[in-house]
Amino acid sequence: MSHLPYILCLILFLIGLYAVLVKKNLIKIIIGLGIIDYSLNLFLVLIGYKKQSIFPILSKDTQIQPMVDPLPQALVLTAIVIGLAVTMLMVAIAIRLYEKYETFDITQIRKLKG
Amino acid sequence: MNNIIPLFVIIPLAGAFLNSLLGRFSKLFSDILSNIVCILTTFFSFVILFNLNLSPNNILTYRVGGWVAPIGIMLVVDHLSVLMLLTVNLVALCCCIYSISYMEKYTDKWKYYALFMIMLAGMNGVIITSDIFNMYVFLEIAAIASYALVAFGDESEKLEASFKYLVLGSVASAIILLSIALIYSYVSSLNLADISLTLSNMVDVNKVYFIKFISLLLIVGFGVKSALVPFHSWLPDAHQSAPAPISAMSSGVLIKTLGIYAMVRILFNIFGVGQKILSIIVILGLLSMFVGVILALYQWDYKRLLAYHSISQFGYIILGIGLATPLGILGGLFHLINHSVFKSLLFLTSGATESTLGTRDLRRMGELNKKMPLTTFSALIGSMSISGIPPFNGFWSKLIIIVACIQAKQYFAGFIATIVSFLTLSSFTKVLKYGFYGKSEVNYENIKEVPGAMVVPMIILSLCCIFMGLLLLPHIRQYFLDNVVNVLQQGTIYATKVFELR
Repeated sequence: MSHLPYILCLILFLIGLYAVLVKKNLIKIIIGLGIIDYSLNLFLVLIGYKKQSIFPILSKDTQIQPMVDPLPQALVLTAIVIGLAVTMLMVAIAIRLYEKYETFDITQIRKLKG
Repeated sequence: MNNIIPLFVIIPLAGAFLNSLLGRFSKLFSDILSNIVCILTTFFSFVILFNLNLSPNNILTYRVGGWVAPIGIMLVVDHLSVLMLLTVNLVALCCCIYSISYMEKYTDKWKYYALFMIMLAGMNGVIITSDIFNMYVFLEIAAIASYALVAFGDESEKLEASFKYLVLGSVASAIILLSIALIYSYVSSLNLADISLTLSNMVDVNKVYFIKFISLLLIVGFGVKSALVPFHSWLPDAHQSAPAPISAMSSGVLIKTLGIYAMVRILFNIFGVGQKILSIIVILGLLSMFVGVILALYQWDYKRLLAYHSISQFGYIILGIGLATPLGILGGLFHLINHSVFKSLLFLTSGATESTLGTRDLRRMGELNKKMPLTTFSALIGSMSISGIPPFNGFWSKLIIIVACIQAKQYFAGFIATIVSFLTLSSFTKVLKYGFYGKSEVNYENIKEVPGAMVVPMIILSLCCIFMGLLLLPHIRQYFLDNVVNVLQQGTIYATKVFELR
């Protein structure tokens, strides 16, 4: 049973990948990339998780106990910020594309080929 | 002297900040500021090169915030990094000078310069860092800036290309982040040298499989970033649509830094590649070479043709490095710097013709040799370099790669490399005949040579093309290229060297 969170995480990743590969709507592709991002963030947090342990803050009056690994949490914060930047850029470009082509359907946004 | 290492990130970031703060008030200010930034970083890369040759271990390190290695982030410069630093900053300087007059037709030039500076900071960061997550962050900084730069302007094609690039680039970044997470969960460290040492001391049955799995993930992730053939579909669109200096930057240096440098550093210096991974790299290289050049033969759009040739020339680099013999690595790395120079040169000439004629279609261009002599001269030099005509630099690197193929008994690879070289030559004969020397149906009156700020970088890069073959002379080679080859040849000794100096 201990593998269950990782398997769910993989399923989440695959759902995101499915959305990116199969969906024809720009917005759905963006949501798919968001899901991929979140599954990876979840994976990073899971790596640092340890059963029956406390938050990784050491102050004078707390007893020393096993704690979760703080480093992946710091990494996740950075990864979230990067994901935010990418998502915002994508949404901005999708809005501009809608103004130009008046559709969100990627099969109709095809001026470049060859 | 080690204190100048972080300046490679700090100076461009400060440039981006000042540009976005003050650039809106004066165009002249952002022109001057950005060029000063590029001149400074180029100057410092030469300073680093000279210091590196004097330092005992051929390695310079800097501790960010004073923290010791496995805990803090360490910046490490060795000969491979300095090779990349020199190329990146030199090409960036040329593109920056070129932008002064090329970007005049766009509004909000300061936004362009700010993004350009951020991209430069990201690339320099990828090159100097020695922490795998830090590398990912810098990679994303450079990539996000380049996504935005591809969409710079208001044509619908640019937005389309940028979106395609964004989706593929984000999936690639996700795969890279996944492999970083897996590495952290297995090794419990993010420092490259520490990862390497821990992995080599670890006794575990699954270690071999783990390294193979991670290497494959990284090849896919960085393969998308560097547009190797199964993953190449974003590159022609993005490079065709971007403004010319940005095409030159991203084709010349961006995809090399984000793709090849990062991949080679991690695979060769950290994991130590096995024979199977190397053969995958060679096969990818051969595929890229052949498919890229075949697709390029059909193109009539000047920039799209150049973009497909980028894919094909990338194949040469990857092939040379994948052979893993000293001669092969030398050829691959030499072709890497040569390709940066001549491909940037060709993209700059495409920008010059586009901004005067208003078209990129080779069939509508022509008779430029009298009206734009300097641009035509640069295009001639660039075309001869890329198709490997002696004595230009492209000839020497291709020769070395083909000889290395034969030495390594990879006759088929050598055969393909020769064929691709001929096809490249024929493709560029077409460019020169239709685009520059031939007759054109459209009558172009009042065509003048482009302004000086666009000619100077083209001339600088042409001179580089002519004289860079001299880097192979034994006396010059032992100071520079041989050391770079040693870095890759020694493989995981890198980690021990870095750890001694922490």
